[in-house]
Amino acid sequence: MTRIEALRAVYDRLDGSAVVTIMGAVAAELQSIGHRPNFFYLQHAMGLASSVGLGIALSKPDVPVVVFDGDGSVLMNLGGLSTLARYRPANLLHVVFDNESLLSVGGFPTATGAGTRLAEVAAAAGVPRTACVTTIDEFVKAFAAAQQAKDLTTLVAKVDAVGPSAFVTDLGLLENRFQFQRYLQSR
Amino acid sequence: MPVSTANSQIIFDALKANGVRLISALPETWLVHLIRLADADPDVTLVRLAKEEEGVGISMGAHLAGVKSAMLMQNHGFLAAINGIVSGAQLYRIPLLMLISDRGTFGERDPWQTEGGAVTESVLSALRIPTMRLSNPARVAYQVRQAQTLASASNKPVALLLTRDLMWEDA
Repeated sequence: MTRIEALRAVYDRLDGSAVVTIMGAVAAELQSIGHRPNFFYLQHAMGLASSVGLGIALSKPDVPVVVFDGDGSVLMNLGGLSTLARYRPANLLHVVFDNESLLSVGGFPTATGAGTRLAEVAAAAGVPRTACVTTIDEFVKAFAAAQQAKDLTTLVAKVDAVGPSAFVTDLGLLENRFQFQRYLQSR
Repeated sequence: MPVSTANSQIIFDALKANGVRLISALPETWLVHLIRLADADPDVTLVRLAKEEEGVGISMGAHLAGVKSAMLMQNHGFLAAINGIVSGAQLYRIPLLMLISDRGTFGERDPWQTEGGAVTESVLSALRIPTMRLSNPARVAYQVRQAQTLASASNKPVALLLTRDLMWEDA
């Protein structure tokens, strides 16, 4: 599966959720499908998207939060998985697109291509619901089940190491940040 | 342990008086009472971190969601959090209130703290983070309020250095 296929397949399920993405391909692809006020793209600070999601989830326990993370970013903040598990916000769905590659900077392989299994890392860190999926059907089913479950989930989706040709969009970082803050204020 | 319980209480009360409702922390000796106070307070969410940089992300999320937060960390934790501060809080204009125990300065007995003590203020200055030292308990409430006010008005990180004079009661 490709990441953009996976994003398209769950796009309509993002209504009503606060969505946080990592930088690079994930941010560009989600914007190419269609930006919405409830989407925040963390265009740097690699590793911290799940921490931003945790901060939102703890502060707004009634708002579902979806984080679109990546293998390279998660590997920069593996300790963050233990913090997620420790506070176990029931409203947080942590999706990790694992393309076994630092695609946005030239496709250098990450450790997930050499044996590191992030769903098992998350489970061992104490995340109560984890899964690793490889097809669109499995991904959509697991995503929907996680939204129903009302418990912290880390869902790893193995995706092809392909992405858009460019990563800069015409949405300003601060424009996005203040729009997203206003969205959260309205919730 | 001669960490000042009275002054820890004064700092904690000042944070609460300024509306701080989420505190992220990584333990270090000078912060033990502050962390216990945060843990015991039902109005405050304490998030115990694996590494300080996570706290920047958590405070970003809390701020966007309308909750005032503070970070408690040692100066070495601040040094470990710098990329998050620069490419998270500064890039996205987040009012980040950082309380940093200033280890490794005059009077330090632990050899391993001394390098961090020598560089902390220079690094804060290089990052253009407004910084105040907290030394006098009578001024703590005022200084915390001033720091929070500037952080909110500028939408940027500010630092309060918790000094030995404030935190440690030498025999």
